[in-house]
Amino acid sequence: MNEMSSEEGYFTADGRKIGGVLMEMKNITLRFGGVKAITDISFDIREGEIRAIIGPNGAGKSSMLNVISGFYIPQEGEVWYKGAPRPQMKPYEVAQQGIARTFQNIALFEGMTVLDNVMTGRLNHMKTGLFAQALWKGKAEAEEVANREVAEKVIDFLEIQHIRKTPVARLPYGLKKRVELARALAVQPSLLLLDEPMAGMNVEEKEDMSRFILDVNDEFGTTIALIEHDMGVVMDLSDRVVVMDYGKKIGDGTPDEVRNNQDVIDAYLGVAHD
Amino acid sequence: MLYREAGDYKTSYVDDGQSFPIKFDRIGFYAVLLVAFAVIPFLINSYWVNAIFLPFLIYAIAAIGLNILVGYAGQVSLGTGGFMAVGAYACYKFMTGIDIWIDGVQYALPPINIFFSVILAGFVTAFVGVLFGLPSLRIKGFYLAVATLAAQFFLVWLFNKWEWAYNYSASGQINAPERGVFGIPVTGPATEAWATYLFCLVFVVILAFIARNLTRGSVGRKWMAIRDMDIAAEIIGVNPLRAKLTAFAVSSFYVGIAGALFFSVYLGAVEVGEAFGIQKSFLVLFMVIIGGLGSIFGSFAGAAFLVLLPVLLKNVLVGGLGWPTDLAAHLEFMIVGALIVTFLILEPHGLAQLWRVIKEKLRLWPFPH
Repeated sequence: MNEMSSEEGYFTADGRKIGGVLMEMKNITLRFGGVKAITDISFDIREGEIRAIIGPNGAGKSSMLNVISGFYIPQEGEVWYKGAPRPQMKPYEVAQQGIARTFQNIALFEGMTVLDNVMTGRLNHMKTGLFAQALWKGKAEAEEVANREVAEKVIDFLEIQHIRKTPVARLPYGLKKRVELARALAVQPSLLLLDEPMAGMNVEEKEDMSRFILDVNDEFGTTIALIEHDMGVVMDLSDRVVVMDYGKKIGDGTPDEVRNNQDVIDAYLGVAHD
Repeated sequence: MLYREAGDYKTSYVDDGQSFPIKFDRIGFYAVLLVAFAVIPFLINSYWVNAIFLPFLIYAIAAIGLNILVGYAGQVSLGTGGFMAVGAYACYKFMTGIDIWIDGVQYALPPINIFFSVILAGFVTAFVGVLFGLPSLRIKGFYLAVATLAAQFFLVWLFNKWEWAYNYSASGQINAPERGVFGIPVTGPATEAWATYLFCLVFVVILAFIARNLTRGSVGRKWMAIRDMDIAAEIIGVNPLRAKLTAFAVSSFYVGIAGALFFSVYLGAVEVGEAFGIQKSFLVLFMVIIGGLGSIFGSFAGAAFLVLLPVLLKNVLVGGLGWPTDLAAHLEFMIVGALIVTFLILEPHGLAQLWRVIKEKLRLWPFPH
């Protein structure tokens, strides 16, 4: 952990430079009535890293992601983003700050084409008003074309050019997952949250998705926080891992450190909780 | 063989985003425009205009408006009749001159040109629509439909009771005085068929153009995102309240203009409960559903279907087969009803979807494999 203590960041095993703290969760506690979903959890996400949150079912991982993206408001604790505490925000305001996410069970706009779905990721970058859009020619069209170029780059990057004009409802599961990632990438987010990006995929699709996640991080330098159940994938992809169990943090560190942490082994292999 | 996109390569995003990407469609569209503006005005008489063209054009505007709200933004509304009434009464006030008494002093606005009266009526309706759209943030689906029903009944009641709105006329009706553009009357008793037709056509073309532009850009994507999955829309940065309220505003603007034209150009005299009752809301909603939700073309198709079909049936039954008028009138209802049910079973997504399916078949015709 020594190399992580410096504010300037650290170097990963494969030699990538990780920057300063982008987001920091400080003593987050989240309750639903009498149930404590998250208890006093703190961790940070640094610029450029791939950060994984793992844990058994019901550990509070998705709740944590929902706190970050503004769906849940924690009763205690603060979320620090880009060096300042984040005031209480609606999910769309969080999105406008440059945090994009995907969902465990795909949340695409089924009635729209792939291209339109990806273009929704550009909505925060499109500022022309209602009247300019009613006229279309000029400002609105120029803006549309400029953002279309960004969207097309993402479509190109994720290799979904051939289904550009296909309605999303007609696509198979694996492609839908990829389109959802494309929509999140079109935002050009400073922080990308992935909620089980490989759930329900076969080995080949998992390999594809892993490659895309690594490429995104490599090419655009996007900071990624992900939840995943496939241990092999998590250990291979991520730079640092937070382990949660019953709403508490039981481990935090590089994959190797986490792998050898006794609490983590207990949580996964099971010991009698007393 | 003419109708295909093979070989029709787009080399810029502007080309790719145009309204009619297929050349044949484009030519067809301009041909329709040319006929509508340059041929039809010389051929029609007042029967054609009053029985077919005016109701078709005006209902097409209302259907586009409702389609923006229901088909694009996914907010069900049963208040169309009430919003049309707002448009009609606002137009009436603007064209006869608004007077307001404050502390015994009269502030009067002179009568405004009918063209601008109609547009201003649209803006007034947009404002009212936003007010009644406010509950949509909390209420969804059927419950929202019931909430908009309140708008329908309240607005009709309001225009029955509010004497200022109908200039204290004894009958409680509003009558369109003679008004014109460029010296040619388009409202009142002494209008020419072609003038009223062209007046409405100009509105239809401009409004359809605007609707197409709004629905293909970022505003339209916000609406559709809210419609398809509001949580995902919010997570991508769409402010749900603002997206829904702009949908209500734009939709009501269209419906208000339709109401204004319906009163001033088409009917000439209006009693609010009769002209803008709940059945009007349902009629426009059926047009949208039969035509196809989320399609501008569908709005035209639905309006044409429900306006033309009764006229066509009447002509066939009475004129062609020589049946008595009363029998034909009753059968007309039954046949229209049966046809609606048949259409919805055959193609639940409306006439627009039917057209899309035909286009996909045409793409490969005559060698489907």
